[in-house]
Amino acid sequence: MTTMSAAAPQVAHERRRARLKTRLNLAGAGFVTPFLIGFALLVIAPVLYSLYLSLFRTQLIGGTSFVGLENYTQAFTDPKFWSGALRVLVFLVVQVPIMLVLALIAALAVDSGRLYGRSFFRLAIFLPYAVPGVVAVLMWGFMYSDRMGLTGYVNDLFGVQLITPYTRQWILTAIGNIVTWEYVGYNMLIFYSGLRSVSTELYEAAAIDGAGQMRTIFSIKLPALRGSIVVATIFSIIGSFQLFNEPNILKTIAPTIVTTNFTPNMYAYNLSFVGQQVNYAATMAIIMGVVTAVIAYVVQLRGSRQEF
Amino acid sequence: MKTNIARALAAGALAALLGGTLVACSGGDTDAAGGGKSDAAALDAALKKGGTIEYWTWTPQAKDQIAEFEKEYPKVKVNLTDTGGAGDSNTKLQNAISAGKGIPDVVQVEYQSVGQFQLPGYLTDLTQYGFADLKSKYTASTWANVTQNGGIWGLPQDSGPMALFYNKDVFEKYDLTVPTTWDQYIADAKKLHEADPTKWLVNDTGDAGLATSLMWQAGGKPFKINGQKVTINTDDAGVKKYSDMWSQLIDQGLVGNISGWSDEWYKALGDGTIATVTLGAWMPGILTSGAPDGAGKWAVAPMPTYDGGEAVTAENGGSTEVVPKGASNPVLGAAFLRWLNSNEKSIKVFMDDGGFPATVADLHSDDFLNYKSDYFGGQQINKVLAAAADSVISGWQYLPWQAYANTIYTDDVGPAFQDKSDLYAGIQKWLNDNVKYGKEQGFTVNG
Repeated sequence: MTTMSAAAPQVAHERRRARLKTRLNLAGAGFVTPFLIGFALLVIAPVLYSLYLSLFRTQLIGGTSFVGLENYTQAFTDPKFWSGALRVLVFLVVQVPIMLVLALIAALAVDSGRLYGRSFFRLAIFLPYAVPGVVAVLMWGFMYSDRMGLTGYVNDLFGVQLITPYTRQWILTAIGNIVTWEYVGYNMLIFYSGLRSVSTELYEAAAIDGAGQMRTIFSIKLPALRGSIVVATIFSIIGSFQLFNEPNILKTIAPTIVTTNFTPNMYAYNLSFVGQQVNYAATMAIIMGVVTAVIAYVVQLRGSRQEF
Repeated sequence: MKTNIARALAAGALAALLGGTLVACSGGDTDAAGGGKSDAAALDAALKKGGTIEYWTWTPQAKDQIAEFEKEYPKVKVNLTDTGGAGDSNTKLQNAISAGKGIPDVVQVEYQSVGQFQLPGYLTDLTQYGFADLKSKYTASTWANVTQNGGIWGLPQDSGPMALFYNKDVFEKYDLTVPTTWDQYIADAKKLHEADPTKWLVNDTGDAGLATSLMWQAGGKPFKINGQKVTINTDDAGVKKYSDMWSQLIDQGLVGNISGWSDEWYKALGDGTIATVTLGAWMPGILTSGAPDGAGKWAVAPMPTYDGGEAVTAENGGSTEVVPKGASNPVLGAAFLRWLNSNEKSIKVFMDDGGFPATVADLHSDDFLNYKSDYFGGQQINKVLAAAADSVISGWQYLPWQAYANTIYTDDVGPAFQDKSDLYAGIQKWLNDNVKYGKEQGFTVNG
């Protein structure tokens, strides 16, 4: 009897728990569904469609035919594609570290509490990110101009061609400068929010132990920022591989330097919208997507290990 | 029972779908077949009956032309879409054709892009509507632009016979001779730039439109199009002639590094930084609106020639309207197109607002020839420009994919402009790139 009476509530309780669990599961699915629908429509479907497109070839004469992986073999041996890919890789290796270090210094400075007008600096550094990309490039395009802009004044002042952004050796630096200007503030905000989440007790404890500002930065703040740095790096890698706006707008000013295949995205754009080679453009988009994903994944693996 | 109903419903739905498709197909067929037998009279009937058509263009006068048209044919409603410019318009049209939806009834296309849409079979042959009778109205070169591969694909809207536009003030100040030959032009370029290193006689950053027009004027015929067979001559005498002449300017550092159509270009045209442009007869409109500071300073002269002697010029730009296949109202579209580019009232509206016509009668009318341009300090510019229209050298053909070819031209000749390397090698690379592209697009190319 006693065993019975003890077991009965137990069973009922189990049942209730199970029912609650399914209800919870359903609720979970309900919360995820809107995202999944959006994800399927806006990410999965276009990717699948691109994959599908990349297996065909449409010609002005002869129409559309299935070509299997021919577009891929063509892309792997296309020097125009790889010269663009190499260019964005160089851009990535040089520009991203510079931008992230600048953003990190800005975030540490704003967070240090020793800066007068902290909110002003935070806003001022972030402001360029609020300028629409196209407007930012047009603005810099003018400043770079030797005849109409700032560059011209500086060169006149020194009497020599000191700054020449529209030459083959400097154009990538000029673009890097624009991108850095645009995104330092954004990355600073990522780092700054990471720093704000560090418990102040840690700082107090460090201060009691006699740690100075530098020691605090290297032993507390930077380790705490590891996750943020990985995230910012991955965002920047993706951004670099997708480089399009900046060179595409500067192209109207310096068409002999910024070619139609300056970056893989520009090459794909010109091929699909002017050259009628949508299928080949889709192939390149897939390849660049895979390359970007692989590099981003490697960075993530490396970044989530314990030691730097 | 339930399943039977479901089946019946499904079958019905399927039948409706199929029926819809069949009706749609047959509708299209009747139109095409009816079109095949019709002629000018069918267009008149369509205008009387009325309806709505979609018209895509970037012609600034389009709104006024439509107003005039709707006054004459009140039953026809024309919906205007401003496509902004040739590049965007081609993309938009290509997308509509690919989607098979929202195809306009009448659309503006540059002469050089006619082949890109005609060869895959996207355009309606207007021969069936008696358009051949209109041939004598147009200049030979513009008519040749809209007729190819045995069909008539549009009616010429304007033309761009080339002329030399020069800044009189700069020419007087630096004591330059208005050049009649390219040799003289190069000498002027040198004299000006040596006198004032901030001034240039000419600007160019590898513009394909200018280059091909100058090859055309040199008697070049690098492209021969015969249906799906394209011949690309990678060692054409006229192309070489252009290259030899232009590379003299580049090698001596006489070409201003300012891109056409950039803000800097317009500013330079207004303030005398660039002293000449050699472009189509539509240039006065561009100067008036784009470089108002240059008012009273500019003048126009015949285009310099390679060999001296007789005036020889080429076309630069210009467009036609066409009726794409898959348009929902092709007969009425063709009727509107006929009115748009051959009716006196329409052409008058076009010309009053700075358009340069393609019709012989208008090019030689007294009103047109005696017009004195305020911007050009009272010069009768149309006398020079109409004479240019009569001296366009014949036989030039564009590639069926000229729009794309133009974008990669700058890639290939860029190094020549940037590092003063061999221009001709760059042009040959471009021609070879086009051989490759043509083959990729399924053409038979022997280059």
